[in-house]
Amino acid sequence: MSHQLILTLISGIFISGIAGYLGTLMLSKKMSVVAGPLAHLAFPGVALALIFGFNISFGVFPFVIIGAILIWLLEKRTKLPMENLAAIIFASGVGTALLFLPIGKAEEALVGNITEITLGETIIIVILSLLVLYIVKQLYQKMMLINVHEDLAAIEGVNIQLYNLLYLLSIAVVVALGVYLVGGLITAALIAIPAASAKNISKGLHSYKTWAITFGIISAIAGIFIARFVHLPTGPMVIVSSSLLFLISFIFRKQLF
Amino acid sequence: MFLEVKNLNVNLGQEKIIENLSFQVAKGETLTILGPNGAGKSVLLKTLLGFLPYEGKIIWEQKSKIGYLPQGLNQLKVKDFPLTVQDFFALKNPLPISGEITRFLHIVGLEKDIIFKTAGDLSSGQFQRMLIAWVLISHPQVIFFDEPTTGIDIGGGDTIYSLLQTIRQREKLTIFLVTHDLNIVYEYSTHVLCLNRKGYNCFGAPKEILSPQTLEQLYGSEIRFYEHH
Repeated sequence: MSHQLILTLISGIFISGIAGYLGTLMLSKKMSVVAGPLAHLAFPGVALALIFGFNISFGVFPFVIIGAILIWLLEKRTKLPMENLAAIIFASGVGTALLFLPIGKAEEALVGNITEITLGETIIIVILSLLVLYIVKQLYQKMMLINVHEDLAAIEGVNIQLYNLLYLLSIAVVVALGVYLVGGLITAALIAIPAASAKNISKGLHSYKTWAITFGIISAIAGIFIARFVHLPTGPMVIVSSSLLFLISFIFRKQLF
Repeated sequence: MFLEVKNLNVNLGQEKIIENLSFQVAKGETLTILGPNGAGKSVLLKTLLGFLPYEGKIIWEQKSKIGYLPQGLNQLKVKDFPLTVQDFFALKNPLPISGEITRFLHIVGLEKDIIFKTAGDLSSGQFQRMLIAWVLISHPQVIFFDEPTTGIDIGGGDTIYSLLQTIRQREKLTIFLVTHDLNIVYEYSTHVLCLNRKGYNCFGAPKEILSPQTLEQLYGSEIRFYEHH
């Protein structure tokens, strides 16, 4: 196995695992659509990076994080639904990007460049994934309660604003990492599909989380290897693998449990 | 007095929702908040819970542990996630021990092996019972109950209200209830607070308050609907 393939696999496994885990919190109506717009916000960052010739991740992270904070601030001030705000941010992001993005060079932003990932980037991906894993684990039960009903969480003494912010920031970091693996266009799928597949075959919270992470990791490994053999882009292949797993989970949803 | 509310005013934006409202609740009473749609019943509950800003006085005699079943906490919302009954109890802070969960499920008349079932798959009656157990397990002294499905038969010939009544006597609870159902008010409330947006408020025991005249003032033409009940 080549050095490059090992780095690709490690990055892919960490990114898709954490995305699958985070995705289990996002199945509620309110949240499942937020990741998409945030991922598209990566485009203006990519545009800047391409124009000025610096590493794409330096462009992606600030935009996605600022986008998350903007959504949070706007939700607090305007009380508009989060998905509505995310759509506004998304449109602004893509609109701005299309003004400046050198379209010919934009493939990396669209489908990711995980097969050319460096050792340094891999290390950063592993560290950030572990950090987000730790934060989301701390947030998990309370976030779930907020998803069920905000007032219930409030009466239990949960600081909803703070939890929403930390949650959005976690999504932002995972989305920015996802741009590496599958590109900005389909990062949302990295978060949404494993959780949906896991829900098909899970009766309780523990198996739901475990399956989502497992499905995420399997689709990354499968996607990376299949793409290598058939010489197709890796990012989209990861998503296609994930979609296939979803179909399988759909077929088995009654028989298994 | 357990709770004393004096000259309470609540505004949402520019709109006056509650105006100059005063009433008291003693420990162990069941206060029903009655009124037409949009009268500010849920707003009053949320204000008493401390979720909304207000003018006037809300004085609790002691710091009480509060239980709350909000409006619209339905099974559909819970169905978004594969939560077993046990998972659902694990969302509480502090985490209840499993013996306690079994005990409270028993109080509301549910078998203990229900904890492994997915909450979204319970019958609606079982789900309502589970929610009551979920609220009770924190040992609240006060419960706020916002418009549960009216008169829903939750099994064993019980309604939510008769179950609450039993529990109220056992645990010495004070209950705040928002409902549209006048039969419930007669049967289970010790006091009634009526609200409508035209600034007409009334407060007292159900028998003195719920005369045809006061109801007509409260609901206007809507009263016809209630006479058929």
